[in-house]
Amino acid sequence: MERSDAELVAAVRGGDTASFEDLVRRYQPHVFATARRYARREEEVEDIVQEVFIKAFQKLDSFRGEAPFEHWLMRLAVRICYDFLRRHRRNRESRFSDLSDPEKDWLDRFVAEPASAPEDADAARALVNRLLTFLSPKARLIITLLEIEERSVKEIAALTGWSVPLVKVRAFRARAEMRKYLQQLKREQYL
Amino acid sequence: MNLTQLQRKLIAVARANPPDDRVPYAFERRLLARLTGLPPADQWTVWARMLWRAAAPCLGVMILVSAFAIATGGWRGSEAPLGESLETAVYAVLADPGE
Repeated sequence: MERSDAELVAAVRGGDTASFEDLVRRYQPHVFATARRYARREEEVEDIVQEVFIKAFQKLDSFRGEAPFEHWLMRLAVRICYDFLRRHRRNRESRFSDLSDPEKDWLDRFVAEPASAPEDADAARALVNRLLTFLSPKARLIITLLEIEERSVKEIAALTGWSVPLVKVRAFRARAEMRKYLQQLKREQYL
Repeated sequence: MNLTQLQRKLIAVARANPPDDRVPYAFERRLLARLTGLPPADQWTVWARMLWRAAAPCLGVMILVSAFAIATGGWRGSEAPLGESLETAVYAVLADPGE
């Protein structure tokens, strides 16, 4: 029979390090998917996930079991991803002038007829990723959690450790920042 | 180009393409090997790390107090020369032993 999270956590706390492997196996797909939202290169993704589980192992004593283990782990994962974004802040002077031809074609198609631009195109995905890398770490985190993952403000507050009003303010600023870069895209490509 | 529409479309693209959740082969084994190889947390290291963290706020407080002392003139101390002040302090008890 499969042991519950609480049983596994208790076993690890009791010195059975091998039980931690079951916890890792259970949650690693979720943590990998989260890390891939913020890091592009696989080595970076792996480093983030490794850091998440090592921190979880070291801080397991601080897990009080009031919330599910998954929530506690994901809070840790989001904070480590945010630290990663702050450490690897991309060049803010990035421009849209180096768009690839498929990205330009996708934009042209969108301008001609917005509904016809496919959402599953590689070019569209590349464009979104490019836009996200331009954003500040705070804005990127908020846009990802609020707009892309469609989480509530309360959930984001719990994940990030920010207060609800602070999340709202940062969401407002993040949308404005995203709009600023879209205006830049418009200027560089169509004016 | 309608920017609001473009923003909505790009968000829809991101939602429609969730990241891959595949895990590299034997990742959990490598992680466990690393965890068991980690040295146990040394209490002196933790203490030293806390001291380093406390250094910056202490420096900040010191700068603030110094700035306040300079601004209010408190750093100048007594008007008497240093030698005279020292002499007064050293002989204070001898000058009036009854007290």
